[in-house]
Amino acid sequence: MSAPTETDEPPRAAPTAPPPGAPPAGPTGHRRLLTRRDRITLALMAGVPALLHVALVWLTALASVALAFTTWDGIGFDTIHWVGLRNFRELFTTNPQFWPAVEHNVVWFAVLILLPTPFGLFLALQLDKRVRFSRVYQTAFFLPVVVSLAVIGFVWQLVYNPDTGLINSLVGANRPGHYIDWIGDPDLNLWAILVAASWRHTGYMMILYLAGLKSVDPALREAAALDGADEWQTFRHVVLPALRPTNTVVLVVTVIESLRAFDLVFVFNKGAHGTELLSILVTDNIIGESSRIGYGSAIAVVLLLISLAVIIPYLVATFRTERRG
Amino acid sequence: MRDLSPTGQPSQHSLPPSRRRVLRRAGAGALLAGTGVPLLNACGGGAGAGDPRTVTLGSNGSDAVPKAAYAEIYAAFRKKSGITVDVNTKDHNTFQEQINSYLQGTPDDVFTWFAGYRMQFFAAKGLATPLDDVWAKIGGNFPDAMKRLSKGEDGTYYFVPLDTYPWAVFHRGSVFERHGYEVPATWDAFVALCKRMRKDGLVPIAFGDKDAWPALGTFDQLDFRTNGYDFHVDLMAGRASWTDARVRKVFDLWTEILPHHQDGAVGRTWQDAAQALVAGKAGMYLLGSFVGQQFTDPADLADLDFFPFPAISPEFGQETVEAPTDGFMLSRKPKNHAGAVRLLEFLGTPRAEEIYLRSDSSVVAAASTASTASYTALQKKAFDMISGARSLTQFMDRDSRPDFTSTVMQPALQTFVRDPKGVDSLLTSIERQKKTIFAS
Repeated sequence: MSAPTETDEPPRAAPTAPPPGAPPAGPTGHRRLLTRRDRITLALMAGVPALLHVALVWLTALASVALAFTTWDGIGFDTIHWVGLRNFRELFTTNPQFWPAVEHNVVWFAVLILLPTPFGLFLALQLDKRVRFSRVYQTAFFLPVVVSLAVIGFVWQLVYNPDTGLINSLVGANRPGHYIDWIGDPDLNLWAILVAASWRHTGYMMILYLAGLKSVDPALREAAALDGADEWQTFRHVVLPALRPTNTVVLVVTVIESLRAFDLVFVFNKGAHGTELLSILVTDNIIGESSRIGYGSAIAVVLLLISLAVIIPYLVATFRTERRG
Repeated sequence: MRDLSPTGQPSQHSLPPSRRRVLRRAGAGALLAGTGVPLLNACGGGAGAGDPRTVTLGSNGSDAVPKAAYAEIYAAFRKKSGITVDVNTKDHNTFQEQINSYLQGTPDDVFTWFAGYRMQFFAAKGLATPLDDVWAKIGGNFPDAMKRLSKGEDGTYYFVPLDTYPWAVFHRGSVFERHGYEVPATWDAFVALCKRMRKDGLVPIAFGDKDAWPALGTFDQLDFRTNGYDFHVDLMAGRASWTDARVRKVFDLWTEILPHHQDGAVGRTWQDAAQALVAGKAGMYLLGSFVGQQFTDPADLADLDFFPFPAISPEFGQETVEAPTDGFMLSRKPKNHAGAVRLLEFLGTPRAEEIYLRSDSSVVAAASTASTASYTALQKKAFDMISGARSLTQFMDRDSRPDFTSTVMQPALQTFVRDPKGVDSLLTSIERQKKTIFAS
C-alpha cells in the first residue's frame, strides 16, 4: 500500500543517467546492480501492465467521458457528432428511467449497509466464540458469496416465479386474480431482489468481520472482562473500536457493491420497471445494434461521478492516516 | 489503490537513476503505444481469404434445429456447385448484439439477418452489398410482399429471404370445440368471446411480458388493424406522432381487453404463458408460431390451431400479417463475391427452402413456389395466411430503430400493461424520447 513508485521525473533531475539505449556504464555506483537482463525484465514487468492499464482503463474512461458529449451509433468514426450537454439534458429531463435508477442505487446501498452488514457482524461475533461446527456454519453462510451473481439471480427468479415459484405456490398466490407479481410489480420487485442481494452480502460481510475479529488482541477482551464489562459493553467499547479498519473496508466494499449492482437484476428481470439501475441503463443503451453510445456514455459518466464522490474522500482519508503513521 | 494518476506520478526518492530511467522509459513507451491503440473492434471470423472454392458465412442459427437445417442446405449447395460453405455460428443473441462491430470488422461473405428496417439500416450504412444481380434470377420465386421486404430504402435488393412465420391468435381446437366457441372475425366478437371464456373459468388470453418484447406484438396487431399498414409503418419509422389520436385509440382498445389477459404478466416469461395454453387453462394466446415449440406432446401439438387477429376497422380488415422473415445478406467486401452470389442464388430457390423446412417445421418457406407437400396442417394455414396478405410487417423491433424499441417502447409497454391508467403521460413521454432518438 505504501511503497513509493518511481516512474516519472524530469530528465534533468537525473544528469548522471546514461543516454537512452547506452550499455550499462562502468562498474561504479548503483548501476551495476542492474544487468541488461534486469532492465529488460523490469521494463516488461512495469511496461506491459502500465500499457494495459493505460489502454484499458484510462483511455477507455476518458473516451467515454468524451463520447458523453456526442451522439454516435457505433458505425464508423465519421458518425460521431458533438452535441454538447444535450445527452445530459435529456437524461435529467426526459428519460423516465434515469431518476428511478439513481434512487434504486441509493436504496440498494442503504439496504445493504443497514441489514446484511450488521447481521454479518452478528454472525461473525457468534462464530468467533469458537462454537461447535463453526467451520460448517462459516461455509454455509459464505457459500452464496462463492456462487456467481448471475446464478443467484437465476435461482431467486425461480423462487419468485409467479406461476411455479416456491413462494406463490406456498401461499397459494398462483391463481388468476391472486397473483403476487414479485418480479414485475414495481412496488415489490426491488425488495424481492434485495432479499437475494442481502442473502449474499451477509456472508461476505461475515467473512470480512471474522478476519477483522481474529486480529483483535485477546488481551483487550480479557482486560475488559477483568474490569467487569458485560458482553455488550465489551463489544461496544472494546471490540467495535478495534474493528475500525475493517469497518472502513466494509463501507467501501458495500458502496462498490451497490454501484456495480447489475448481474443479479439483469438475470432477474433485466431491470424492468421498478428495478432500474444505472449500470443496466448503460448496457441497455450501449450494447446491441444501432446503439446509442453517446447517450449510454453520459449515463456511465454520471455513474463515474457518483463513484468518485465516494472514493475520493475515502482515498484522501486513507492518505492522511498513512502520512500520519 | 494508492496510485490513481495515469502516468504514475512522482513520489520517488531513493532509487538509482538508471532504474528510474528504465521505468520512466517503459512508462513513456506504454503511454505512446496506448494513445496509438485504436478502439477495439470485436472482429468476426472470415477464414479462407479469397479461396474461390469456399464461401464464408456468419450464422445466428445456434439452436440445434436450425443449425442442422442450415447445414443440410450447404451440403446440397456443395454437391451442386463444388463450393464449400465455411459456417461461423454464433449464439443467436450474441450475434445480434455484436452485429455492428461484426459488420465493420472482417465479416464473413454472407451472413444471416432479418428483413425490413433492420436490414435497411445496415444497407443504408454501406455495410451490405446490393443483390440486384441475384434477384434477377430468383425474383420469380417470391411474392410481391417478400420482394418489398428485401429492398433497401434506395429500392435496391439487399436481402434473400429463406423462411418466415406468422403472428396470430393461437388456441387449442379441442377447447374451442368443447365450449362451442367460434373463431371471432371482428373486435366485438373477440371481446364477447373473452367474456364468455371468463365465465367458463378460462383465462381468455395467456400473456407473459417478462422479456418485454411480447407486448410489442400485441401493439402491432392492434395498430395495423385499427389504423392500417401505412400508418403503422409511419409510426415505426418515427414519422407519425405517438400523441396522435389514432395511437390513443389503439391503447383504448388495448385497455378494453387487458383485463382479459393473464394477470401478473410482467413477471411471466412467454414460455410460462404458453404452458397455460398447453394445459388448457388459457383460451387464446397472441404470439408467433414458435409457440408450438412449447407443445412437447405431439398430440397436443396436433390440437394447436390459430386464427388471424380479428378485424377492427372495416377499412383495413385483416389484410396485414405480421410475418418476421429471416434470410441472408452479402457483406460489404466479400472475399469470394462470385461464390457468394452463387450461394445466394441457391438460397433463393424453392429447393433450398424445402431442405430447410424438412428439418424445421415451426416456420414456412418465404418463396411462393416452394412445395407445400410436406407441410403440417398448421404450416399450410400459416403459408396461406402469409401468401394471401396484402402487406407484411416484421415485428416492432425489426420495423423500427432497435434502440428506440429496446430503450423506450419495451419499458413503456411494460408500464402500460401493468397499469393502463396513465396512457396520456406515457404517450407524451414516448413521443419526447422518440424525437431525440430519431433526430440523432
